[in-house]
Amino acid sequence: MHKKKFPIGKIVIYALSAFFCFIFAAPLMFMISSSFKDPQTIFTHVHDWRAYFPVGEVNFDQYVGVLNRLPLFGFLFNSLLVSAVVVIGGLFVNSMAAFAIARLRFRGQNLILVFLIATLIVPFETIAMPLLVLVNSLPTITAADGSLQFTTGWLNSYLVQIAPFVASGFTIFLFVQYFKTLPKELDEAAIIDGAGYWTIYWRIIVPLAGPAFATAAILSFLSIWNAYLWPVMVVQTEALRPVQVGLDYFWGATSEEGTAWGQIMAYSTIITVPIIIVFILFQRAFVASVASSAVKG
Amino acid sequence: MKNTHKLLAVAAIGALLLSGCSATSSGPKTITMWSHAAGNDQEIATVKEAIADFNGSQTEYVVKLEEFPQESYNDSIAAAAASKSLPCLIDVDGPIMPNWAWAGYMQPITINSDLENSLIAGAKGYYGGKLYSAGAWDAALGMLARKSVLNDLGIRIPTVDSPWTKTEFDGVLKTIKASGKFDYAIDWGNGWTGEWFPYAYSPVLQSFGGDLIDRAAFDKADGVVNSAASVEFGKWFGSTFANGYANKAQTGDRTEFIGGTIALQYNGNWAVKDAYEKYGDDLAILPPVDFGNGPKIGAASWQFGVSSTCGEVAGANKFIEYILQDKYIVAFANRIGLIPATATAAEQVPNYATGGPFSVFVDFSNKFAVKRPETPAYLLISKVFEKAVADIINGKSAKTALDGAADEIDADLTANNNYK
Amino acid sequence: MKLQSLVRKNKPHGFFGSSIQSRSKRASLAFIAPAVFLIGLFLVVPVIMAFSLGFTDAKLASPKAPAFVGFDNFSKIISLGQVTVDGDPSNPDVLHDNLRELTRPSSDSQYSGMEVLTETVKADGSADIVLAGDALFWKSLGNTFYFAAAVAPFQGGLALLLALLINAPIKGRVIFRTVYFLPVVTSMVVVSILWIFMYQKDGLANILLSAVIPGWEPQAILTNPDLAMPAIIFMSAWQGVGFHMIIWLSGLQTIPGELYEAARVDGATRLQQFKHVTWPGLRTTFVFVLIIISIQAMGLFTQVNVMTKGGPLDSTRTLVFHAFNEGYEKQNVGYSSAIAVIFFIIVVLVSIIQRRLTRDKD
Repeated sequence: MHKKKFPIGKIVIYALSAFFCFIFAAPLMFMISSSFKDPQTIFTHVHDWRAYFPVGEVNFDQYVGVLNRLPLFGFLFNSLLVSAVVVIGGLFVNSMAAFAIARLRFRGQNLILVFLIATLIVPFETIAMPLLVLVNSLPTITAADGSLQFTTGWLNSYLVQIAPFVASGFTIFLFVQYFKTLPKELDEAAIIDGAGYWTIYWRIIVPLAGPAFATAAILSFLSIWNAYLWPVMVVQTEALRPVQVGLDYFWGATSEEGTAWGQIMAYSTIITVPIIIVFILFQRAFVASVASSAVKG
Repeated sequence: MKNTHKLLAVAAIGALLLSGCSATSSGPKTITMWSHAAGNDQEIATVKEAIADFNGSQTEYVVKLEEFPQESYNDSIAAAAASKSLPCLIDVDGPIMPNWAWAGYMQPITINSDLENSLIAGAKGYYGGKLYSAGAWDAALGMLARKSVLNDLGIRIPTVDSPWTKTEFDGVLKTIKASGKFDYAIDWGNGWTGEWFPYAYSPVLQSFGGDLIDRAAFDKADGVVNSAASVEFGKWFGSTFANGYANKAQTGDRTEFIGGTIALQYNGNWAVKDAYEKYGDDLAILPPVDFGNGPKIGAASWQFGVSSTCGEVAGANKFIEYILQDKYIVAFANRIGLIPATATAAEQVPNYATGGPFSVFVDFSNKFAVKRPETPAYLLISKVFEKAVADIINGKSAKTALDGAADEIDADLTANNNYK
Repeated sequence: MKLQSLVRKNKPHGFFGSSIQSRSKRASLAFIAPAVFLIGLFLVVPVIMAFSLGFTDAKLASPKAPAFVGFDNFSKIISLGQVTVDGDPSNPDVLHDNLRELTRPSSDSQYSGMEVLTETVKADGSADIVLAGDALFWKSLGNTFYFAAAVAPFQGGLALLLALLINAPIKGRVIFRTVYFLPVVTSMVVVSILWIFMYQKDGLANILLSAVIPGWEPQAILTNPDLAMPAIIFMSAWQGVGFHMIIWLSGLQTIPGELYEAARVDGATRLQQFKHVTWPGLRTTFVFVLIIISIQAMGLFTQVNVMTKGGPLDSTRTLVFHAFNEGYEKQNVGYSSAIAVIFFIIVVLVSIIQRRLTRDKD
C-alpha cells in the first residue's frame, strides 16, 4: 500500500467534500427554494432535483402570506432585543466570573467550576415548570398612577425572557478555557504597576479575548434566538413574542386551510438567514476561539 | 475599548426598554380576551369586528384582544393558570372545558336565556349543570367522495336515512382498492395529531358500541374503552391500514382527495369548501358509516368563556352575548365554513340554508352528534386515546392498546378522586 | 473527565503574597457573584423545586393541593417484575386474558397495575413476560441510550472526517467549512421540519438510500418503527456535526507539523501517520468531544417532539420527552419531576463512568 504520485488523494478529498457539501446544503436549499413556491409546486417538485432550486413558478407570494399572517417585524425586533441584551449581559457576567476562576485564586474556586460544569446536564425542559412558578413570584417594579409600585410576577415582559439566560455555565467554562491560555505574567506585571483587578480584567484580559467573546456571543445568540418553549409559557402578549413562536401560527391553520408549506418555508428562511449572515461575519473569530477553548488550557 | 463603552450604552438603553410601563386611567374598564385563532385570518377578522363594534356600542368596557396560535394555546392557558394570570375572557375547545372548569380556570357564564335556548347543543358547554361556555358554531364530520367515482364502481351513494353499514363499507373499500385507480381507498386523516384523533375516531368507536368512559358516573374506563365492542373497533380500524385501504404514513396535508389519488376522505366540514371548489356538484358529502349503533359524529368546537379570576364578569358576559348575535354567527360561518350556532343564522348562510350544498352537515349534526365525555378527565382521556389509536394504526394489538388505555384512565381517575 | 483535569491544573494561576491573596479573595467574590447569583436563582432553585415536586402528586391544574407521597413516584418508575403466563398457541387471546388477570388494577396480584415491557412467547403458547410499573420509562431509557450510544461515535467520527477534509491543503476550505457549519446555526425546530420532508417517501433520504442500497424500497421513514430512531440519529448528527468538526479541527492544528515531517522521513503512509501522529495528538480533543456529545445526546427532545412525538410505537420516545409528556401534556407534574430527577442521576452517573474510563490514560 505505497503512496503513488498521482493526485488520487486530492481527487478523493474533493469528491468527498463535494458530496458532504451537497448533503449539508440540500435541506437548506430546499427551504430557501421552497419559500418561493406554493405548496402544490413544492409537492410536485419534492421528488426530483427541482426541490432544491428556485425553479418553476417562483414568486414572493409566500413572503406576502407570512406578512399577512403575523406581525413579522415585531417578532424580529423582540428576538433581536432579547438576544442582544442576553448576549451583552452574558458577555459581562460570564467573562467576569471566568476571570475570577481562571486568573484569581480563592478558596472553593474548584468547587465552583465543578458546579458550573454540572449545570450543563440539566435540560431546560425538565425545569421549565418550576422556573415558571418561581419567576411568577419574583418581585417587580411597575410605574402606575405616576408612582413606582412593587408587585410580584415577571410574566409577560422582556425581562422574563432575558434574566434566566444571562448567566451560563457553558459560557463561563468557555471563557475560563480561553483566559487560561493568556500568559499570567500579564497580570503579574500589572499588579506590580499597581493596577486593580478590574483594570486587569477590563484593560488586559478583555481586549485579548476577542475570539472567546465572539464564540460566546454566537452561541448564546443562537440559543436565545431559537428559544421556543419558554416564550410560549411566559409571554402572553403578541407584542412581546419572539420569532420561533411564529412557526406555530402556520400549524394553527392546518385544519382549516391545509398546511401552508410555502409560508412555513418562507418564515423559516426569514428567521434562519439573518443568523447565517451573522455567523459568516463572525466565523473567523469563532473558529479561532473554539479552537483555543477546546484544546488548550 | 471604545467599542465596549458603546456596548455598555446599548445595554443601558436596553435596560430602560425592559422596565415595563403600565398606566391605569379612569374611564372604560379594560377586559382582556385571549383567542386561539392567531394566524387564522378569517376567524380572527370576525372576532376583531365584533370587538370593535362592542367597544363602539357602549362606554363602560373596552375589550382588548390577545391572539395565540392554536398549536400552543392550551399550553399558554395552563401556564397562565399556574401563574394566576389568566385574562377575563378566553375561548376554549368544547371537550376541554370541563377540565378547565373543574381545575378552577373558569366560572359559569350568564347569558340571556332566549339566546341560550336558541343555540344548538354543540355550541354550548355545560359542566355540573351550569353553562360555562357558548360558541358561534359547531363542526361536523362527514365522508367526502365523488359521485362519478362511486357510480363508476357501482357503489351505492348513502344518505342520511340510509347510511352505509359496516358490511357495505367493507365492500366499498375492497371495491375501490380492487379498481386499481387509487393509491388508497380512504384518507382517515391520521396525519393530523392531537385532539383530532378523539374527535374523529371516538365516534367510530361509539358507532361500534364502545365508548371512552362509562358515562353514568364518569368513574370507570375499564370495561368500556376496552369492551368487546371497543376492541372490535380497534381491530377493524387497524385492519384498514394493514389491508392497504388506508395509508399509515398519511401526511397532514390531505391533498390526495382533491388530487384524485384517494377516493374517500373522512374530514370535518371546514375542509369541504376546497373540495367543493374543485369538484362542484360531483362532490358527495356522505354520512359517516353505521357500524351497528348508528352513524356518530363528534360535537362541540371552540367556544367563549369567562375565567375564574375575571374582575369584570358582567362586562365579559355582555360581550359573549354580543358576539353571539346572528350577525357575527353568519360572518363566522361564511368565512370559516362551520355550522352556524343558531337556526336563524343558518338560514342567512347560503351554504347552510335549507337546500344549500353543505346543509347536509346540519342534518348530521342534529342526528348523529355525540359530545365527547363531559368530564374533567377528558383532557387525559384524549391523550391516552390518541396514543392507543396511533399504536393500533402502527400494528399494536387492539386489545393490548385499549386495555392499557383503560388502566391509565382509571389510574388517573383514582389519583384525582374521580374528579369530584 | 477533561473538565475535571482542567480544574486540577487551575491552581498555578493564582498570585503570590498573602496580602494580595486576601484582596484577591474579595475581588473574586465581586467578579463571580453576579453569575453565581443568577445561576443559583434560575437554575439551582428550579432544580431543587423539581426534586421536591418528585415526592408529591402535584398536578399542573387541580383544585386539590399537592400531597406528599414519599417514594411512590420513584418506586412506580423503577419497579420491574418477571412472570411466566400460560397461554394457548392456537388462541393468543388466552395469554392476553391470563396476563390481564394479573395486571388489572383491581387485581390482588403483586403485578397489579403493571405494564408489559417485553414478552417472549414459547411454543406451548405460554410466555415469559417482563412487567414494569412504567413500561414507557424503560423504553424511553433504552431509546435514550440507543441514541446516545449511536450518535456519539457517528457524529464524533463524521466530525473528525470533515475536520480532516477541511484540514487538507485544498481550495475552497472556508466555503466547505461554512457549509458544514450552517445546520448548527439553524434552529432545531426548522431543521426538524426540513427533515420531515427529507424523510418522506419521495424525499432526499429515500433517493440516496435507493442509490446506495440495491433493492431499497422507498418508504415513509419516520413511520417505520425500525427506521425512525436511525433517522433521528442521522439528522441530529447532520445538525450538530459542524460544531464538533471545528473542535476536532482545532485539535488537528495543535499537532506540530514537525511530527508529520518526521513520520514522512521515516516512510510512514498516510494511514500510519494518522494512527501514530494524528490520533494520539487528538486524545484530549477526543475526550472533550465525547463528553459534550453524550451529555447533549442524553437530553434529546426537540427533534422527537417535532418529528415523531415519540412514535411510531414508542420507538423514538426519550427520557426528556417522557418527562415532558407526563408533566405538560398529561399534567402530572409530580410524576414528571420524579422522572427528571432520575434522569439527572443517570446523566451524572454516565459522566462519572466516562471520566473513570478516560482519566487514567490522560
